[in-house]
Amino acid sequence: MRPAFSVIYLTTLIGAGQGLFLALYTSELYSVLAVLPAQSGRAFYALGSALALLLLVAGLIASFFHLGRPERAWRSAARWRTSWLSREVIALPVFMAAVFTYGALHFMGWNPVLLTVGPGIALRVTLVAGTVGVVLCLTLFVCTGMIYACLRFLQEWATPLTVVNFTLLGCASGFTLATAYAAYAGHGLVHFFGGWALILTALSFAGRSAALIRNARLRHKSSLQTAIGVRHTHIRQISQGAMGGSFNTREFFHGRSAALLRTIKWGSTILVFAVPAALLATAMSGQRPALLVAAFVLQYLGLLGERWLFFAQAEHPQNLYYQAA
Amino acid sequence: MTQLALIIDLNVCVGCSACVTSCKEWNTSGSAGPLVDLNPYGPDPSGTFFNRVQTFEVGTYPNTQTVHFPKSCLHCEDPPCVPVCPTGASYKRPEDGIVLVDYDKCIGCKYCSWACPYGVREVDAQRRVMTKCTLCVDRIYDESLPERERKPACVLACPTNARLFGDVHDPESEVSLMIREQGGYQLMPEWGTRPANHYLPLRKTSIRIHDDQLVRADNPLKKESRLPKPGLEEPSLDDVTSW
Repeated sequence: MRPAFSVIYLTTLIGAGQGLFLALYTSELYSVLAVLPAQSGRAFYALGSALALLLLVAGLIASFFHLGRPERAWRSAARWRTSWLSREVIALPVFMAAVFTYGALHFMGWNPVLLTVGPGIALRVTLVAGTVGVVLCLTLFVCTGMIYACLRFLQEWATPLTVVNFTLLGCASGFTLATAYAAYAGHGLVHFFGGWALILTALSFAGRSAALIRNARLRHKSSLQTAIGVRHTHIRQISQGAMGGSFNTREFFHGRSAALLRTIKWGSTILVFAVPAALLATAMSGQRPALLVAAFVLQYLGLLGERWLFFAQAEHPQNLYYQAA
Repeated sequence: MTQLALIIDLNVCVGCSACVTSCKEWNTSGSAGPLVDLNPYGPDPSGTFFNRVQTFEVGTYPNTQTVHFPKSCLHCEDPPCVPVCPTGASYKRPEDGIVLVDYDKCIGCKYCSWACPYGVREVDAQRRVMTKCTLCVDRIYDESLPERERKPACVLACPTNARLFGDVHDPESEVSLMIREQGGYQLMPEWGTRPANHYLPLRKTSIRIHDDQLVRADNPLKKESRLPKPGLEEPSLDDVTSW
């Protein structure tokens, strides 16, 4: 497939936004459960939510560039019963509303205790709003991943690993961003976020490696024989029905060399996993915020490459009909 | 239930592309709207087509056979392009099984083209919506046409009758008969899309001629001579009949 940059930006930006929101919620949950010390700064959550919202809005804007007719985009929520794309179109704004509510509640400081559970565990309004947000956040991850995973003949994508990796990579980049944000906000959560960022980066490395190994060993079900229904072992295409290019040759072929793909594979692996892990470990010991920002920026750049490769590696069966000019 | 479809006889197709041009002509001037050509006189022409004839060489030289392979939307009975459409623009008509795109609803997200393993959907670069074969839905129901012309443009244009059109769910129809008798098959059966369009396979057209077919079988001595005449004493036809 030809990687579409609008979709690459969409999936990586909202992934980071979702991860950042999950980081904020986790820290609040931990402080409610008294694992972490109680967080006082109202502005910390409000600003963090605003940052997450900014990423989500940027992703939403990027998604419009993928459409031929963006003025009709409102129609795309119609088929949520069958289409994962439709479900994502609904889940994204609803999740954005939840993040906005979560941030606004913290900003206004309106946070009465709804319920007290056991000794000193107070369930506050923000925690409930955040829990709703988490459910929506995970729903959005599943919707985004399933858009690709549900296309069964794009065998590189049709695996649960697609959903898992979208989720893990989004969380990893979000927690890295949260670490950098906490460091700049002068908050005591740098180690908490940084620790989780390291764990999530390691988990996403395992998931992404599994997907890459799986794809390298993949056997495609379709062949030129099943594509045209001629049972002969030697078939060669001598005309593809058009002298110039066509939509089929433009949309489904990335036209890059195998060497570039390899470079991007190793480059993105280093940028997404090794570099941020090293920077996180270094910066957390010395509390250097600039290094943490660099960790997020480099990880995000790596994610762009990783998502590019995700698209480029997918062999669409229709390519069998366009083997040679 | 009706399922209209095309049957394409690969044994007969000569790759003349008459179906391609007639399809383009009909759908450009018909109710489906123009099918845009990009840069038609430039170095890298491109355009929107519903139907293309591809050519494959089967076998290794010198034992090769050329297969002309027309490809258009197969109007799958379980079309993967329909459920993925977020707007409902891509739909399958329940009354005749034709898969269509509502051009006024389509947002041009291309998701349906990703979901089609056959690559038969094309985004029209100018109209920025997804387009595909309509089985000439505006033609086959046009009562102002004489009945024999109520067929897709490609079927009417084919000079060798390589394309047939009909209801594949009707066991008595011409197309069902051809599928049954000629071994009609579907493309990429492994994905369970159950394409309605079928292809009839290349068949061997050589026949084995035995010697006795070249030489008259009732001449076992392989020798032509004058017809034997009965002798004078032998009974003639007049003696054995009683008139």
